Amino acid sequence: MSNILSITDLRKSYAGGFEALKGVSLDIREGEILALLGPNGAGKTTLISTVCGITTPTSGTVTVGGHDIQSDYRAARQMIGLVPQEINLEPFETVWNTVRFTRGLFGKPRNDTLLEQILRKLSLWDKRKNATKELSGGMKRRVLIAKALAHEPRVLFLDEPTAGVDVELRKDMWEIVAELKKDGVTIILTTHYIEEAEAIADRVGVINSGQILLVEDKDTLMAQMGKKQLEVELTEAIAEIPAALSQHDLTLIRDGHALLYTYDTRADRTGITALLNDVAQAGLVLNDVQTRQSSLEDIFVDLVSGERA
Amino acid sequence: MNWTAIASIYRFEMARFFRTLAQSFISPVISTSLYFVVFGAAIGSRIQEVEGVSYGAFIVPGLIMLSVITQSISNASFGIYFPKFIGTVYELLSAPVNFLEIVCGYVGAAATKALFIGVVILATSMLFVDVSIQHPFAMLAFLVLTCLSFALLGFIIGIWAGSFEQLQLVPLLIVTPLIFLGGSFYSISMLPPIWQTVTLFNPVVYLISGFRWSFFGIADVPIGLSLLAILGFTMLCLGVIWLIFRTGWRIRS
Repeated sequence: MSNILSITDLRKSYAGGFEALKGVSLDIREGEILALLGPNGAGKTTLISTVCGITTPTSGTVTVGGHDIQSDYRAARQMIGLVPQEINLEPFETVWNTVRFTRGLFGKPRNDTLLEQILRKLSLWDKRKNATKELSGGMKRRVLIAKALAHEPRVLFLDEPTAGVDVELRKDMWEIVAELKKDGVTIILTTHYIEEAEAIADRVGVINSGQILLVEDKDTLMAQMGKKQLEVELTEAIAEIPAALSQHDLTLIRDGHALLYTYDTRADRTGITALLNDVAQAGLVLNDVQTRQSSLEDIFVDLVSGERA
Repeated sequence: MNWTAIASIYRFEMARFFRTLAQSFISPVISTSLYFVVFGAAIGSRIQEVEGVSYGAFIVPGLIMLSVITQSISNASFGIYFPKFIGTVYELLSAPVNFLEIVCGYVGAAATKALFIGVVILATSMLFVDVSIQHPFAMLAFLVLTCLSFALLGFIIGIWAGSFEQLQLVPLLIVTPLIFLGGSFYSISMLPPIWQTVTLFNPVVYLISGFRWSFFGIADVPIGLSLLAILGFTMLCLGVIWLIFRTGWRIRS
């Protein structure tokens, strides 16, 4: 897959000396969904704003479809759609006119059929004659998406599309994103909901303090860094881990009612057989056994706290 | 040039005007009528004629300028301030448009609205007094240029303003006094000599004088100077706006 967006050593410093982006380099492949994870203030929005032309970079280059965002800004910007984090809409104008305005602003000729398709896909068609201030928060967010899609962008930025959105609407949003991907749109979304990245992204990037810490295929990331835990529930509580089990990496949990064993799925031997044998040898009786995989969230927390340490 | 973008901005801005068409129409009609009642009846009974023109007719160009200038400024400053205030300015900044296209859209719409109001006031005036227009083309040119140049000034104010109060500040503190003291309702020849000289530093004098010349063929300053003044003012505003967009002042971080 070729890269549709290339960011090379992008830096942004503000007048006060604050460096929001410290040399970000990132390639985004055509047709993928990249989730950019990071805590508040990590530089996610600054990165997006710079690529979209809202913020001027201090140094570095960004090309979209081969077009430089500064020297060839018209061609570059025409390929980009942006759904901002804040709900910003002209309150008194109708949905239809607002969306039509954006298409025109991007220099595209009028195309009512296309706008109708977009509005229908986003369940906004019935609301097209309503002023945007009459819409609910979720509907307004959809209008922002419709606006971003009105000029048929190849790359869509969604800046925290589900921040402060209820669960149902979040699921809707994920479906919309999946649909867009089917249409061949490359999507970059920022979020601090790990489950969001886990649910819809192809690749995950982690950004913190203006630096990209990692970009990896989501599945690889989870497999590589995923630790698994085995919880061995005992029929009778024990006060301490028997000496016979000291060679295993065990923790006593739930007031001595269970043993927690952490192992690496990539290792040649997980050590489960040996552990269970030793447990039986030690005379402990098992009540239940369960395993759980660490989530992207654990990985993320590890990475970000590792960065801080 | 991205003409489609200019047309889109223009149409979007004009839609705001049409949403409030009735009040856009009624308020200039009422205020003009009031001016005629107050100035025409009260002062007009004492001043019969100014340089051969009846006082009622004499104030018509000044009245039109007063409204056109204030409207141009407020329309344009509000037009660009509002997107900044509600946050939709992100769209302008991320669109494939340059500063000239943004200015053409916003300033064009603001000037159109002001022009419309100017015409409404002229029509209202004709109900009260007998107005003749000696140089209709010059009159139109002056009107259009005034609308455009003050809409440019309004655009600058809108970008500069950080609050609605600031938006009102420049028109209220600077522009309105300049218009009132710029010979809207009197000929500067009626002033004592020292004030005549001081008045010549007021740029609005040149505008009103030129505009009045297009109606009655009488002027306080030479018509060429008036034309030069308004062209110079337009260029100055354009230059400032170009600088604003180049540096991203108050709009792009």
